[in-house]
Amino acid sequence: MNFLIYLSDFCIPLLLFYMVSYGLLAKTDIYGEFVEGAKDGFRVTFGILPTLIGLMTGVGMLRASGFLDLLSRLLLPVAKVLLFPVELVPLVIIKLFSSSAATGLVLDIFKEYGPDSYLGTVTSLICSSTETVFYTMSVYFMAAGVKKTRYTLAGALVATAAGVAVSTLLAGLM
Amino acid sequence: MLNFLWGGMILIAVIYGTVTGNVKEVGNAALDSSKEAVELCITMLGVMALWTGVMRIAQASGLTKRFIRLARPVLRFLFPEVPEDSKANEYIASNMLANILGLGWAATPFGLKAMEELQKLNIEQGGKKEVASRAMCTFLIINISSLQLIPVNIIAYRSQYGSVNPAQIVGPAILATLVSTLAAIIFIKITDRKKGR
Repeated sequence: MNFLIYLSDFCIPLLLFYMVSYGLLAKTDIYGEFVEGAKDGFRVTFGILPTLIGLMTGVGMLRASGFLDLLSRLLLPVAKVLLFPVELVPLVIIKLFSSSAATGLVLDIFKEYGPDSYLGTVTSLICSSTETVFYTMSVYFMAAGVKKTRYTLAGALVATAAGVAVSTLLAGLM
Repeated sequence: MLNFLWGGMILIAVIYGTVTGNVKEVGNAALDSSKEAVELCITMLGVMALWTGVMRIAQASGLTKRFIRLARPVLRFLFPEVPEDSKANEYIASNMLANILGLGWAATPFGLKAMEELQKLNIEQGGKKEVASRAMCTFLIINISSLQLIPVNIIAYRSQYGSVNPAQIVGPAILATLVSTLAAIIFIKITDRKKGR
């Protein structure tokens, strides 16, 4: 586990070092390209702002009403059997449908329990290792005009379950 | 989908809040949360712009192209029925690279292009248009298994909410991602064997 945390510390500096030195060796206008690319980052961030406002408001209201607690209490028996933290059950379910809605819940968990807490760590790992199953499937298959998706859903759910299980295990070790 | 999800959240919050007597809190939460979303975006802007900037360097210097060449053997293993010279290979590799680097929004256009090419192949190889081909199923399952190595937005959110070491989760996250992708590949290969391919 220590090795993984060590790797985390080095990951970003090394990646930056590699990309910049590769760019220099390839005689790329690295700073010009960087600035251009950074503009893209602005476009993307402000692009998601409206959705973020909408969904964070939705989740914030839902939490304040006490409904999320009710949902967690209802799902407690299931989560207990699976040894999964019950507070994160709504996140896993929502994450299957919409990543921006899941983001609202993630931020809520960070705010409530802190990003470095056990729950915060599990949340961070789940979000890094799973995708929005139904959203991705509907967008991609719709684009190709496919109606029968065969075993795609089963495979996607297997991968998601594996990601969630490993995230929970690893966070326990950290 | 979001219409029902989002609408449902708001309606349930108001109804449940009224029933439990939390209606004042629900109203305050609506105002506070929207304000918070803007603050979050402003903090996120820095990390996001840094990342897209660096990615642009990788594109311009040819690093991205090199990765696509490296990915060839992997593609041959996952998509044996896709011919070497098909454009689908390039789109699939670009989509995977964007996903690996945590650029979900950059991945989608390549992914959609890849699906189009796979559909062309599907029809060429005698498949039905409405039925997903083996390659399409494989591509989507791998895609959904999450390939992201550096979870940029999660790191940004963590630092916004006061994490001592926001990037601390990168190592374990890589491991979790590898396991979920491995599970996906094993699932695909077992299904292949059952269907006799």
